Amino acid sequence: MVVLAHIMNTGLGPFYDGLAHLFLTPEDLLPVIALALLAGLRGPVDGRVVLFALPGAWLAGTFIGRFSDLHLAFPIVAAVLTVALGALAAADRRLPLASVAGLAIALGLLHGAWNGSELSRARSGALGSALGVACAIFVVVAVFAALVSSLRVPWARIVVRVAGSWIAAAGLFMLGWSLRAG
Amino acid sequence: MTLRSRIAHRVSRIVSFLLLALWPAQAFAHVRGGEATGFLSGLSHPVSGLDHVLAMIAVGLWGAQLGPPAMWLLPVTFPMVMAFGGTLGLVGVKLPGIEVGIALSAIGLGAAVLFEARPKLWIAAALVGFFAIFHGHAHGTELPAGANGVLYSIGFVIATGLLHATGIGIGLIHRWPAGRTALRVAGAIVAFAGLAFLWQALT
Repeated sequence: MVVLAHIMNTGLGPFYDGLAHLFLTPEDLLPVIALALLAGLRGPVDGRVVLFALPGAWLAGTFIGRFSDLHLAFPIVAAVLTVALGALAAADRRLPLASVAGLAIALGLLHGAWNGSELSRARSGALGSALGVACAIFVVVAVFAALVSSLRVPWARIVVRVAGSWIAAAGLFMLGWSLRAG
Repeated sequence: MTLRSRIAHRVSRIVSFLLLALWPAQAFAHVRGGEATGFLSGLSHPVSGLDHVLAMIAVGLWGAQLGPPAMWLLPVTFPMVMAFGGTLGLVGVKLPGIEVGIALSAIGLGAAVLFEARPKLWIAAALVGFFAIFHGHAHGTELPAGANGVLYSIGFVIATGLLHATGIGIGLIHRWPAGRTALRVAGAIVAFAGLAFLWQALT
C-alpha cells in the first residue's frame, strides 16, 4: 500500500517505503543535505547534534501532522527553508550551536508534519514509514556531515559551499513552483 | 596512504553516493509520470542552446582569469540569481527582451574574457548576476509538458554548475602565456557568437 503521497511502493513494507521516500522526494532530501553540509562545515560537535536532533524532530513532527488537522502552506515554507539552509551553507556562516540545533528542530518539525499530514490518509503502516524516514535522515546526515567535517584542504570547503549554493538555487525554483501551483 | 589518495578516495565516495542518491534512473523504484524526464530534461536544457552554453562557460573562464575568490564566487552567484530569474518566470513576471539579454550576456562575458577585465569583485558579481536573470527566466518558462518541475530545476542547476566548472577547468590554462592568449581568443569567439545571437534576436 502506498503510505506517503510521494512514495513509491517498494513492495518491501512500510519501513522500506519510508526509507525510500527521502531519496525519492527532493523537497525533503535537499534541505536535509543542506543542513548536513552546514553542520559539517561547523564541525563534528554540530554534526553530532544535528544527527540526533533532526530525525528526532522529524519523528515528532510526523506524529503531530498525523494526528492533528494542520493546514500550513508546507511546500512554500519548505522551499523557503531550503533556500535559507543552502544559502547558509554557501556563505559558510558561523552560527552558534544553539542556532544549528534550532534549525534542525525547525526543519524536522516542519517536514515531519508535512509527511504526517499525508500519512493521515493511510490506514496502516504509518509508524513503520515514519521510522524508515527517520533512519534515512540519520544516514544522510551521518554521511554528509562526517565527510564535510573531515575535510582539511581549503578548496574542498569551497566545493561544499558551491553545493550549498546549488541547493539554494534549487530551493528558489521549488518556491517558484509552489507559488505557481498555489 | 598519502594525503592525495585519501582525498581522492573520499571524493570518489561522495560522488558515488551523490550519483546513487540523485540519479533517478537508478534511485527510483517506479517512475511517476514525468519524474525521470523532468530531471533529464533539466540536465540537458542548458546544453541545448549554444547561447546558454557559451555564457555559462564564459562565466567560468572569467572566474579563472580573475582568480580566487572570484573563481568560485561568480559560479556561485550565477546559479542563485539564475534561479531567482527562473522563479520570476514561473510566477508569471514578464521580462522584456529575454533573448536580447541572453545574447548580451555572451557579448559582455566574452568581452570580459577577451580584455581580461578586472573590475572590483562586487561589480563582476553584479554583472554576472544581471545576466543570470535572463538565463533563468528563459529556463523557468521552458519546462517541457509532463515533466516534474522540481526535478527539472535541480537538473539544470546541476548542469549550469558543471558548465561553469568546465569553464574554470579550461580557464586554468591562464597560468601559461600561451594559455592566456588562448583564453582571450576564446573570449573573442564567445563575444562574436553573442553578436550573432543578438542579430538573430533582433531580426
